[in-house]
Amino acid sequence: MSDLPIERQKRGAFTARLGALRKHVPILSPALVFILIFCIGGLLFKNFFSARVILNLFTDNAFLGVAAVGMTFAIISGGIDLSVGAVVSTSAMIVAVLNRAGAPPIVAIPTALAFGAGLGFLMGCVIHFFKAHPFIVTLSGMFFARGFGYVLSWQSVPIGHKFYSVMSQIGIPFGGYLKLTMPACIFIAVALIGYVIQRATKYGRNVYAIGGNEQSAFLMGLPVGKTRILIHTISGFLAALGGIVLTFYMLAGFGNAAYGLELEAIASVVIGGTLLTGGVGSVLGTLVGVLILGVIQTLISFQGAINVYWTKIFIGLMLFIFILLQKAFMLSAGQRNK
Amino acid sequence: MSNKEMGAQTGEVRQAGARNINPVVWSALSLAVILLFNLIFTRGFFSITIKEGHLFGSLIDILKRASPTLLIALGMTLVIATKGIDISVGSVAAIAGSVAALVVRGGDITYLQETIHATVPLFPVFAFALLAAALCGLFNGFLVSFIGIQPIVATLILMITGRGVAVLLTGGYVLNFDHARFEFVGTGYLLGLPFPLILAVGVFVIVFGLTKLTPLGLLIQATGGNTTASRYSGVNTRVVQMLVYLISGLCSGIAGIIITSDVRSADANYMGLWLELNAILAVVIGGTAMTGGRFKLFGTIFGALIIQSLITTILTRGVQVQFTLIVKSLVVIFVILIQSERTREFFAKSRRKITSTG
Repeated sequence: MSDLPIERQKRGAFTARLGALRKHVPILSPALVFILIFCIGGLLFKNFFSARVILNLFTDNAFLGVAAVGMTFAIISGGIDLSVGAVVSTSAMIVAVLNRAGAPPIVAIPTALAFGAGLGFLMGCVIHFFKAHPFIVTLSGMFFARGFGYVLSWQSVPIGHKFYSVMSQIGIPFGGYLKLTMPACIFIAVALIGYVIQRATKYGRNVYAIGGNEQSAFLMGLPVGKTRILIHTISGFLAALGGIVLTFYMLAGFGNAAYGLELEAIASVVIGGTLLTGGVGSVLGTLVGVLILGVIQTLISFQGAINVYWTKIFIGLMLFIFILLQKAFMLSAGQRNK
Repeated sequence: MSNKEMGAQTGEVRQAGARNINPVVWSALSLAVILLFNLIFTRGFFSITIKEGHLFGSLIDILKRASPTLLIALGMTLVIATKGIDISVGSVAAIAGSVAALVVRGGDITYLQETIHATVPLFPVFAFALLAAALCGLFNGFLVSFIGIQPIVATLILMITGRGVAVLLTGGYVLNFDHARFEFVGTGYLLGLPFPLILAVGVFVIVFGLTKLTPLGLLIQATGGNTTASRYSGVNTRVVQMLVYLISGLCSGIAGIIITSDVRSADANYMGLWLELNAILAVVIGGTAMTGGRFKLFGTIFGALIIQSLITTILTRGVQVQFTLIVKSLVVIFVILIQSERTREFFAKSRRKITSTG
């Protein structure tokens, strides 16, 4: 009987250590899954296990990644942004049309960024001032952005300016002909900046607080409205940046481009461990989530079949498994607290 | 002082009165405005002629084209009333349509790219398509009610996977077929009215009856109003949730069959694309709040009709197709702003000011 407290102490120390580990489970588990899928690819295919495949993962998914970082902010705050795919496509279209009209990149690119940020700002204002549901407001924003893209041009508009093709060529050399391309650099930079904002700034903490409980955040005196409007402005800005990254490899603006991107972005955010109820999550997790979607696509393209539907089915399955994992994790956490 | 307080109180009572304007009235008014616009500016918009015993005209056309959206929106209304959402409806419609097309072709999956002249009995076509849709609905319901996943993510899974499955079923081909009796579902006329409309009205009557004549309506409202409280007071919220997602799946399935039959082919990649968004808009414009609880089935009818008459108006006005989406988004935002609590509060306040000064 007397040794019970000691045992309890031991158990306490053990569970504390376990708890510290558990805190990182949402990010660790997607990272493990990424490594697992990558190793499966390496076992199945000869040339899969290479630095080139990894570097290409960053390059090929840069526009999705940049948009997904913005989505992470929206989802952590308990909201959502369905307009990102449309804004990606339309900002690429704005660049293309301005370029066709003779505007240099220094004019075209800021205009596109301003469009994205401006639309996000307006949506944030409607959500905050009219207490409208983010789902519906960003849905109309998506219709508006797509429609605006179609109005600019019904057909695909090629971009002939040298700047854009150069941007897709240059990058940080990695020895030999390997390099971290410009789109990949932008993706990584955006993710890092996003991470720093989340961890080290007052604004980042406000986003978590609002997602945790908007009412309490408001009662604590946090600037709920300002934060929410800024979240949507950031998300719109990043989606537009994603569109500009898209022009680097598409070298064209196309009204139907990035169709369904918002869903892939949501999927990668969720797979990356961010809870859709808000309050929990991280941009780094989203980065891993984007890489998981990318590695699945690479695996399927290595298979030789360019079957988009298999990709879709796998992404859906991945989403399913991860949500179940999250659920199980939260259940065990809840029991621990009891 | 006490007088002032009294004034404030009566003002509040009035404010509550102003807030109680039925949102269905707003959506009916919006529809009336669109129709009025057409009455003045579009010649022959309201003319209905009888050709070969069928009714023809822009209004009939709107009713026919709104039917798939209306069907899906009916199921969506119940889902949203339980504080949920179902964004997989477009993919479910694609699955049901693909299954229907496959069965119409006699299950022959060789030579998918060729048009087949088929005479398969209709019963298995509907049975298999609706079975597939029902399974999809039950899957959604299971994820939401028993596993406890947020509805938008739970149905996102099927939205992404479902379209993949539909394309897998059709082998990536557009399945064409000739089947006179099956085509009746999407293109036929009964009693002079388009058959899809009659189907939609039939489903509406069933859903309306279910929610008004049985306790289901009350249980749905309770679940959406406060799930935990309802569970503690003895409502089996899980069964209610399963049921609304099942109904939503079935409605999407019927819509998918109508679409497939209407165009005499199943294109898994594009069938039902954007349908979920139109359906959600129809529900919200119709006055059902995304926050769950009360739902307005009649409002949903108005919502679906508003969306379709808007599209038809834009097209008959000769506006380029490109502008459709922009106009749609602006109208939707306008309706949302009008219905928002803040706007109503604002109106109520200004009315109070007028009464207190006067």
